[in-house]
This record gives sequence, C-alpha cells and structure tokens, in this order.
Amino acid sequence: MGSTLIEKIFAHNIGAASVKAGDIITVNVDRVMIHDIFIPFVKDKFEEMGFQKIWNPERTVLIYDHLVPASQLDDPRHHKIGDDFCDKYGVRNVHRSDGICHQLMTEAGYVKPGDVAFGTDSHTVTYGCVGAFSTGIGYTEMASILGTGKLWVRVPETIRVNIEGTLPEGVTSKDVILTIIGDLRADGATYKSLEFAGSTVEAMSVASRMTMSNMTVECGAKCGLFSPDEKTAEYCGLDGLDSFLQTLHGDDDAVYAQVLNYRAEDFVPVMACPSQVDKIKPVTQVIAEASEIEEGNIVPGVGLIKDGSIRVDQVFIGSCTNGRLEDLQAAASILKGKQVAPFVKLIVTPASRKIYREALADGTLATLAEAGAMITTPGCGLCCGRTGGILTDNEVVVATNNRNFLGRMGTSKVNIYLASPITAAKCAVAGKIVE
Amino acid sequence: MGKVFRFHKDVDTDQIIASQYLLYPTVDEMKVHAFESLDANFASEVKPGDFVVADDNFGCGSSREQAPAVLKALGVRAVLAPSFARIFYRNCINIGLPAIVCDGLYAAVETGDEITLDMEKGTVTAKGRTFPCTKLPVHLQKILDQGGLISSLDNPEA
Repeated sequence: MGSTLIEKIFAHNIGAASVKAGDIITVNVDRVMIHDIFIPFVKDKFEEMGFQKIWNPERTVLIYDHLVPASQLDDPRHHKIGDDFCDKYGVRNVHRSDGICHQLMTEAGYVKPGDVAFGTDSHTVTYGCVGAFSTGIGYTEMASILGTGKLWVRVPETIRVNIEGTLPEGVTSKDVILTIIGDLRADGATYKSLEFAGSTVEAMSVASRMTMSNMTVECGAKCGLFSPDEKTAEYCGLDGLDSFLQTLHGDDDAVYAQVLNYRAEDFVPVMACPSQVDKIKPVTQVIAEASEIEEGNIVPGVGLIKDGSIRVDQVFIGSCTNGRLEDLQAAASILKGKQVAPFVKLIVTPASRKIYREALADGTLATLAEAGAMITTPGCGLCCGRTGGILTDNEVVVATNNRNFLGRMGTSKVNIYLASPITAAKCAVAGKIVE
Repeated sequence: MGKVFRFHKDVDTDQIIASQYLLYPTVDEMKVHAFESLDANFASEVKPGDFVVADDNFGCGSSREQAPAVLKALGVRAVLAPSFARIFYRNCINIGLPAIVCDGLYAAVETGDEITLDMEKGTVTAKGRTFPCTKLPVHLQKILDQGGLISSLDNPEA
C-alpha cells in the first residue's frame, strides 16, 4: 500500500520504513520559529521548565514582524526580551526588520523540502509550499522543543485536492484556496493534511503555492503540502532534488480520507465576506446582493451601499498570504496610470525586505505610489491590526490577508472582505466592490 | 456543579482574547477581556468551576496559548464542544485545561444552566440528562492530570 505525502515526510524524519495516519510518533525537529508577540512567554516557560540551554541554537529562528516598527508602549519590551534571550542562549538567527516570519523561513533558507518545522503562529503551515511539514503550536510546547528538540505528533489523515487545467485570466491562487475553504468550511480539514496536486498547481509559482499553504489552517488543517519540483529546488537554492525528495508525492494507492477534484477553468474571483473566512462568495454575487439593498443604507456585516455596490474605505495589499513580488506586480498592473478613489486609503506592505527591494528595482513600487498607495515597511502590518491602518465602525476594507475575524483590524464592527491582489486593486480604483 | 456559558460555532481565538491584549505582561492582566466582543459580562460573571460550552470548531484561528490560559485563569473548569480546532486543543492539554469532546450538549443547554462533569466516567449531566464525552488517550490524560506539560516534564515517571 502506498503513502501520502505527509506519511513519507514523517517516516523519513524518524527513520522508519513507513508510518500511517493515526500513528503517534515523536519527531526530530529540523527548525523552529518564534515571533515577537510570543517570545516573552516562550522564555518564561523555557526557564520555568528548568532548561539550561537550547537543544540546538542553529535550528532556532527568532523573527520580529508583528510589532515592527514598534508602535505601542508594550512593543519594545518584547524586542528587548527577545534580544536578551538570544544573547543568553546563543541564538544567532534573528531578524529584526527583514519581513514577515512565514516569508523569511523559506526565503532565507531556514526550511527546505522534507523538513519538519514548528512555529508559534498558526500560519506556520505556509512552508508546506516547498514540501515541508510545518505547523503552529503554543508557547509551552515551543519551550519544550527548545529544551528537547522533539515533539509528539499524530500522523494526520490526508485530504487530496486535485486541480487540473488552466486558471482563467484574473483568477489567482488566492481565489483557488478561498474557494476550497468555502467548500470544506472552517473546520472541514481539522487535524488533517491537505495535499495539493494536478497540472494547475504544477504550473503555479512557489509564491502562488505559498498563498495556498498559508491559508490551509483556515479550514483547520494541520498542514498544506505541495510536492517539491524543479521550481521548489531553485527557490530553495538546492542543486536539484535528491532521491528522497523525488519520492515526495502522494502515491496513487495511498489511503485518502477524502479526494476533491477541481477544474481550473471553473474558478472565478471570490471574496471571504465579513466575518468568517469560509463565507465565500463570487465577487459578482457580492455585487448582485448589494444592488438589492437600498442606496445609502448601512448594513451591519456588509457596509455602506453607495453607487449600487459596497463602498470601500480602505484596501490592504500585503501579509504572508499575498505580499510577495508577484502580488505587488499584479496590483501594479491594475493600478498603472490610474488613481485610487479619493476617499480610499490604499496600504501596500511587502512581505519582506528582499521583496521590497525587488519591487523597488523593477518599478512596481513607483507605479503603486503614483497611483496613491501608502507603501509601508515589510512586516505583518495591518493584518494583525497593530502597526497602522485600523478602521472604525461600519467601514469596509478589502484585504489580501488570511483572516477577517471580528475586531482584527479595528473595532468589531469593521467589515473585512478578503480577496486577491487583483480584486483588491480594482476595488481601490473604483472605491467600491467591483470585479 | 457549575454554570454554563454557551457560545456558537467556529468561535476563533481573537474572540476568546483579542490581539491587542496579548501584549499585556501577564495572563492575569488579560483575563478580564476574555470573550469581550461576544459577551462583555463574561469575565465578571464567570466563577471558578463554571463551564464554557460551544458548538463545533471551538478555538479556531491563531496559535495564541493565551486563549485557553485566560479561561483557566478565570477558573473555567472545562470547555465542552463537539469539536475543537487543533492548536487550541493541544494548548488546552499542555496548560491543564480540560477540553472535552461532547456531542449533543450544546443543543441541550443555555447560558446559566447548571451542569455536572464526571471526568473519570466521561459523562456530563445537564437537566437530568447524561451525555457521554470522549475520553483522552492515556498519555494525554496523564499530562492533563498533572496540570499540564510543565508539571508532567517535572514528573516523567508519574
């Protein structure tokens, strides 16, 4: 009997011939990531547990991104505690203003295909884009890994997602993963591995795959995996795929909990509507429903109806979901030679310093700035509602990040619509939700 | 016996404790803001020994361990739901807050009802009806019994 992708990664990690879904195993951790919000709690737990040293400082990465640049009085304290922790325990992999943790972990080469990685953040699932197992944990478990280098996991069942064909013009991997989340619902993949395959995902860039892996936690998944290929090897700086990495695909005779089959041509631009990530509607449907509401009405959970659609107060293009070069370029292609609507605040936040510099060099940032964008420092930015751009009651933001939970970007009456960078840029120009 | 505080499906960790409070130095300072966006009176009304009862997928969203930690700090005896989000569930075990999978209870109770939990038998009693709950695997129950991961590391043989 064959194996799923996650079963192969875990079997290799523990040196077993095979493992099966449901097995409880203790894995050897290849890499851990801690970010600035949770480092004080990790430190306290680590010391409370009585550990004297970190099992492997080289495998430990600390990234400041949620609180960069520090904007509130409590923020610098977290960075000070992080710096002291690294000095004391010899952690040298520290990034203080280089970008979002989930971008940097693969971009800076910390996570490679086949690795097993953990992070103190639910979007740690992102590294599945290169064929690594990675998932989020709490700070107590992180402290225990820092001391031991090990963690128990249950080998998850797998939902296989096959996507074949060519995506329509203007439809991105963001529309694909939002649609899948809408079909599976917010708990449809809880405790499970999502395994993506088919000609559509093979044709995607690693950046586009990253968008999909990143959001798999929004349907509860433990990981969201792609098979490594030549594009992965190039992105990760590998000299091709070795014999183990070449085996990293789900076997045809593996046992799957569920198989979903999609035709790429069927995907359309979609949005996650306030305030659930699985409240997915085609953009055309959002507009059609708004046109049924009387002009000038403010509807809780929808927004203000203006000019026959939903008025947009702010647009956010960034985050570990959609803050990469191809995302900024896609937005720039829409905004080139245009101006955002006068009342719209457009915030663009590159996911990393490297992306920022690339977008600077190729003119993307100039195009965005000329169209009226505020371009901010790399980091989490508005996604976690900390470093600028928060909104107030009944305002509408169209955002490219991964969550639209109540209160995430300001008051609990802010309406957050999640969409692709293309849809977001179009909305910024129109000042209302448009396709 | 304790009082029920009942919440809906897909309650995310931002609703349990919002992001802006995660920067407070201690869980005790955060706990008064638990469930603030859903029930502003929760933190002042909940008493040690009370229960949180919810529908499916409780604790989805972020990895913040402060979500179960504020509930434990407020004295919540256990969280009961038909299903839990993965990270929240692990965090509960690691900090010693019972997260109990229980079908049927959500539909049978309202906020304010009194219920009784028997962890050894694996049952909850509400309004004269008894609901079975799923028991934890032995090694996870052991972590929970010892008050969480830290205590269990201290007592590896226990």
